[in-house]
Amino acid sequence: MTLRINDRTLSRESIKNLNELSGENVKLCMQCATCTGMCPMAAEMDYSPRKVMHMAQFGLQSKLEEINTYWKCASCHACTVKCPRGIDIAKVMEALRQQTLRTNTNYIEPSEMSAETIAELPQIALVAGFRKMTS
Amino acid sequence: MKISYYPGCTLKTKANNLEKAAVASLEALGIEVEEIDRWNCCGAVYSLTADDLIHHVGPVRNLIRAKEMGADKLVTLCSMCYNTLARANQLMKDDEVKRDTINRFMDDEIDYSGEVEVVHYLTYLQEQVGWDKLREQVKVPLTGLKVGTYYGCTLQRPAEVGIEPMGSYTQMTGLLEALGATVVPFNAADKCCGSYQVLGAAPGENSAASAILNSAAGAGIEALATSCPLCEYNLGKQQQQMLEKQAIEQGVPTFYFSQLLAVALGIDPELCRFELNDGQSLELLKSKNYLAAA
Amino acid sequence: MCETTSTPKFATGDRAILPEGASTIPIYVMGKMYEVPETLTIMKAMEFAGFRFLRGAGCRGGICGACPTVFRKAGDYKLHYGLACQTVVEPNMYLAQIPFFPANRASYDIEEMSGLADAIHALYPELFRCVSCNLCTKACPMDVDVLGYISALKQGNIEKAARLSFDCIQCGLCASRCMGEIPQYHIAQLARRVFARYIQPQAEHLKSRVTEIEAGKYDQMLDEMSGMSKDDLEKTYVDREREPDMVEPGSWMPQDRQYL
Repeated sequence: MTLRINDRTLSRESIKNLNELSGENVKLCMQCATCTGMCPMAAEMDYSPRKVMHMAQFGLQSKLEEINTYWKCASCHACTVKCPRGIDIAKVMEALRQQTLRTNTNYIEPSEMSAETIAELPQIALVAGFRKMTS
Repeated sequence: MKISYYPGCTLKTKANNLEKAAVASLEALGIEVEEIDRWNCCGAVYSLTADDLIHHVGPVRNLIRAKEMGADKLVTLCSMCYNTLARANQLMKDDEVKRDTINRFMDDEIDYSGEVEVVHYLTYLQEQVGWDKLREQVKVPLTGLKVGTYYGCTLQRPAEVGIEPMGSYTQMTGLLEALGATVVPFNAADKCCGSYQVLGAAPGENSAASAILNSAAGAGIEALATSCPLCEYNLGKQQQQMLEKQAIEQGVPTFYFSQLLAVALGIDPELCRFELNDGQSLELLKSKNYLAAA
Repeated sequence: MCETTSTPKFATGDRAILPEGASTIPIYVMGKMYEVPETLTIMKAMEFAGFRFLRGAGCRGGICGACPTVFRKAGDYKLHYGLACQTVVEPNMYLAQIPFFPANRASYDIEEMSGLADAIHALYPELFRCVSCNLCTKACPMDVDVLGYISALKQGNIEKAARLSFDCIQCGLCASRCMGEIPQYHIAQLARRVFARYIQPQAEHLKSRVTEIEAGKYDQMLDEMSGMSKDDLEKTYVDREREPDMVEPGSWMPQDRQYL
C-alpha cells in the first residue's frame, strides 16, 4: 500500500477528532498487525485493520472515508484484547463508522432488505446491525 | 431460591429454545425464575464511542427495573444481552460524569449507579449449584457426546465483563462434563461468527462462520454448544446453505447449552423446542438415545 | 393549515365568545403574541385569535388525533404535548400545531399476513432502531406506554402491543420525537389489526350473523323500507316495537320474530 501523505491528504484535525470520538490514541499503534491477524473479517476488508490504523495515524481523512474496513468490522473485540499497545481498536472502528453515520447517512438501508431476510433474522442481528450501520 | 431474570427479545421468539430449556432446568434444580417487569431491548451491542450515551439508556433502564424489584443480581442467558447489560452496568458504576448525565436524561426513572450485579446463567449455575451437585441431578448422562464449547465473542470480550478470560472455557466445560459429555477442544471456540455482518452477507457465504464449523468438524466435534442466538443463527441455521455452497464439508449440529442441560436433567424434550434448531440437532440426540427416557 | 385575519374586538359566528368579565392571557402562535380568553382550549384560542382550521382539526372531542400540539412555557426549556381541542391555554404558551407528521406507513394485505410478528418486523424493520429513550411515551397526549408496546413488538408479543396501544389516536407525536425514525403509531395500528384478525378469538354469533346477512336474510325488509314514502317510513319508525325501559333481562320478546 502506498500512502500519499501531503498537505492536501493529511488532516491533523481528523486525528484529534478520531481520538476524541474513540477515546483512544491512534498514535500509540506500532503497526505490528496483531489486529489484522486476529480479525475474523479481514478477508472481506479492502484494507486490513493495521492499514486503517496507519491511515488514522496520518490523518488521511478522505482515504478513510472511502474504505470499507470499519463497515465489515463485527465489533468482536479480538483485536482489542490482543493489542500489545493496549489500543481498543474496536472503538476506533466505531468512531470511523460514527463519523459517517452522524451525517444522516446509512451504510445499509433497512427498507431495501427483503421481507424474507428480515423475517428470518434473529432480533439481535437487526438491532446490532442497525446500530452499527444506520444513521 | 429465587432469581431475577432478563430474557431478551430473541429469546421470546426465534431463540425460545434457549430460554425454555434454561428456565425449566433451573426450576428442576429448585430455583424459581422471576422475569423482570417491563423490560426493553438491551441494545444488543454496546455503544463504543466516547460521547454516545443515548445508546446506554436501553440497558440501564433494564438494570433500573431489576433495582426496583429489589434484585441484587440479574441473571441473563443471551451472550449479547449479557455483554451489553454488563458493560452498561460497569459504566454506571465507574464513570461518575457519564452516570450523572444518563441519570439526568432518564428523569422518568429512579437514579442508578450499578447496584445490581449482572450475572450470566453459566456463572450463576457454577456458583449457586456447582458442577458436583449438578452431576448428582443428571438423569440422562450425555455419555459419548463429543461437544465443542463455542463461546464466540461476547461471553469473553472485553476482559472487564468476560465470564472468564479469552482462551479459557472452564464454565461451559464444567457444565458439559457434569452432564456426562466429552468436551473436545478446537481452535475456533473464541472466534467471532460474523455477528451482525450477516445483514450484508449472502446466505451461506459467511467465511467467519464456515471457518468455525470446519475447525469443529476437523477436531472431531459432533455438537457445538453456544449461548448466543446470533451465533446459533450464523452457525446453525445457515449450515444447509453452507453445505450447498461447499463452504463446509460436513454439518455440525448446534445446540444451546441449556438444551443439553435440560436433556441431561431428563426434562420433557418438548420444552427444549428442538423444532427451532436445525433438523440435524434433534436427529443427533435421538441417535444417541438421550431422549428415550423422557 | 390556517390563515389569519385581524383579531376581532368581539368574537362572532363560530368563534368563541369572550364571556363578560373574563380576563385574557398572552399566548404565542408561530412566535407571535395574541391575547386570548383564559378559559379557552388551544384550538378555540387560536380561532379567537383569527386562525381558521381548514385541516388539522377533526372531532374536537379529543379522539380523532388531528390536532396534536407541542408547546413550551416561557422561561422553561421543557416541551409539553397535548391535543389542541382538549388542552386549556395557559399564559405565555408557545404553541406549534403538528397536524401531520411524514412517518413511514407500510402497505400490506392483512389477509396475506399471519399471527406472527415476523411479518410486522418485515414491514417495519426500523422498529429495531429503537434505543429505549422513552421520548415517545413522554410525548403521548393519551398516556400510552409507547416504549412498552414497541418493546413488546420487538419481543414478538403482538397481543401485549395491541392492548398497550389501545388508547392510541394516531396523532403521530411519538414519531415526531423518535431518534430511531420509527412510526410507532402506524406499527401499533398494524399490531391491533393483526391481533384482531389472527389472535383474538372470533365471536361465533357475529360470524353467523354476517353469514345470514350475506345470504340475504334481511334483503326483503330493506327493500320494503327503501320503497316506502317518507311519511310511511317515519310512521313505521315511530310505531316500531321497543323493549320497555327497565325490563327484566330475558323476559321480553317482540311480536315480530321473523328476523331473530
